[in-house]
Amino acid sequence: MNPTTGEPADGSQSAATTPGDSLRHAAGPYFGAYGGRWMPESLIAAMDELNETFEAAKADPEFVAQVKDLNKNYSGRPSLLTEAKRFSQAAGGVRVFLKREDLNHTGSHKINNVLGQALLAKRMGKTRIIAETGAGQHGVASATAAALMGLECVVYMGAEDTRRQSLNVARMELLGATVIPVTAGSQTLKDAINEALRDWVANVETTHYLLGTAAGGHPFPAMVRYFHEVIGEEAREQIIAQAGRLPDAVAACIGGGSNAIGIFHGFLDDADVELYGFEAGGDGIDTPRHAATITLGKPGVLHGAKSYLMQDDDGQTIESHSISAGLDYPGVGPEHAYLSDIGRVKYEPITDTEAMDAFSLLCRTEGIIPAIESSHALAGALKIAARKIESGAKPEETIIVVNLSGRGDKDVGTAAEWFNLIDSAATVEATTDTDAKDAK
Amino acid sequence: MNNVSVNNVSKSAAAIAAARAQGRPALICYLPAGFPDVQGTIDAAVAMAENGADIIEVGIPYSDPVMDGAVIQAATVQALAQGFRVAQVFEIIKGITDRCSATVMVMTYWNPVLSMGVDEFSRRLAEAGGAGLITPDLIPDEAAEWMEASDKYGLDRVFLVAPSSTEARMKATVEASRGFVYCVSIMGVTGARTEVSDAAASVVAAAHAAGAENACVGLGVSARKHVEEIGAYADGVIVGTALVAALHDGGVPAVAKLTAELSGRHIAV
Repeated sequence: MNPTTGEPADGSQSAATTPGDSLRHAAGPYFGAYGGRWMPESLIAAMDELNETFEAAKADPEFVAQVKDLNKNYSGRPSLLTEAKRFSQAAGGVRVFLKREDLNHTGSHKINNVLGQALLAKRMGKTRIIAETGAGQHGVASATAAALMGLECVVYMGAEDTRRQSLNVARMELLGATVIPVTAGSQTLKDAINEALRDWVANVETTHYLLGTAAGGHPFPAMVRYFHEVIGEEAREQIIAQAGRLPDAVAACIGGGSNAIGIFHGFLDDADVELYGFEAGGDGIDTPRHAATITLGKPGVLHGAKSYLMQDDDGQTIESHSISAGLDYPGVGPEHAYLSDIGRVKYEPITDTEAMDAFSLLCRTEGIIPAIESSHALAGALKIAARKIESGAKPEETIIVVNLSGRGDKDVGTAAEWFNLIDSAATVEATTDTDAKDAK
Repeated sequence: MNNVSVNNVSKSAAAIAAARAQGRPALICYLPAGFPDVQGTIDAAVAMAENGADIIEVGIPYSDPVMDGAVIQAATVQALAQGFRVAQVFEIIKGITDRCSATVMVMTYWNPVLSMGVDEFSRRLAEAGGAGLITPDLIPDEAAEWMEASDKYGLDRVFLVAPSSTEARMKATVEASRGFVYCVSIMGVTGARTEVSDAAASVVAAAHAAGAENACVGLGVSARKHVEEIGAYADGVIVGTALVAALHDGGVPAVAKLTAELSGRHIAV
């Protein structure tokens, strides 16, 4: 039983293999050859404290009830599962269902994890949380949880990203957080994580590092997944209720991989459900400008975990590129690396253009403006649908669940520029995303 | 701590023992490889050795140096921007050991070593005359491959201990180390500080209590008075940022002068 949701945790409804072979609750620190704690000794005591606090909290009914209550009465869970009928027509008639994480408070799945970790921070007696953010969604969610629980909040954000997502910077500041632009390196998510780690080393007594994705050293990957498991558990129950059976495929976008691991969790033991993670292909994986970590990376260590990594022949991290700030990360969570190696999940790249086409399609067919991150999953669903039909599946009997991990309000500036909806002078002012301009 | 490896006696332990025989702490001086350029690194390291450095610590520039503050980051970013390649660190070590007798250690984040292959990196390091590695983001828990390679090639392995290290971790880390243990003086990243934290003495005491023969203190050490203070209880003193700043501002002569000051000598002519 996953106590945060009350769902069976042993895959009892699933077509799972033998008990004990479940992939759903891998505890870390290792996921096959990946995971671990490749990080400075100075932080190990804090990681141990976090791990002990997390393990104790999971077993504490009071904590479990707190999470459940916040999920329901603050975030608005369960999030809906919406059948996207007009989008489905454009996908050749297959049935596409959207897991509506965009409808959560703060507009994305990120809230699930921050509420849980902020509660843990309080249990540890920490008074300050720090966070990194790419698109700003995790920063906004962290600032929200900090405001709710009376914690000081500092958010590190690449200077490049503060320009692309200036509205989210204002949002975090309105919520009482301090946003620190990071000018080191590529000025994006990975550099924001570096700076947050430097802050953490210096302030670990008072501070919890509220990492926003299912990456980093143990216990972060397993812990972040735990708080997002509710996505997959709800989705599985909802699709069975609405369609009468499990889906043929589940699609999610992958940056670090937190929304994906959350929804995959519900279906990992359902051997007949194909799972797909869609990485940011940027300008295309035949160019140097992408963030297709699993597709083209090789194993290495970054930010505390061994996983696939975009790196050069010297092991220097390569700067990633994506129109989506939230996927613009050269690493990926270690559990995804493992699930890729064992073949349980297929990981594929989606280019900026494919993602933006799917973004537009969902806007116009469903009246839903998706996050550009989530648009990668939508584009992936279109590809899965085409392949299924080509291989002879009956469209009306094919079901795909897409994790719509966030809403696209934050991306309106980028999208308006991509689709030439504002005059060029205004675009310079309003900007958003120089990468998008270059890409067009 | 086992300071006798399969093939030879630990080079860094020998350097520290030689300093101890003279009644002083060993002086360990850091500079980044490829800064200001490859030849500049060699020249600066030789100047360090000639002015009282017992051990030279050459850092490999890395894209994501989470334990480094602004001064060292700026230097390593410059080295990388100039096209520094990891394999050049072996040329630098050879360049230094050909010209002086100082013990040369390499400080590196772990991914560049993993990328080359731990065995191949270790073999080339030993061939170039390097004494071993200081590994700021590798803990003994993850170091199985490095333990094996360092034994095979007779290299020192210097892990870090911190004010936050528990007694059990202190013991395990001291046992895994060879040469010395690197005692982080404060909870923070590299950078010169006016005062050295009181925590340094407790970390060193804990390391000695856990069986460390050689406990050396780094982070925030920048002046002769720090060397004297720390030398009263530690076996070696590690200086980084202050030397990098000197190299940046005044080139090799400034490094020579600062090293001479740190070691309590007059500058070599």
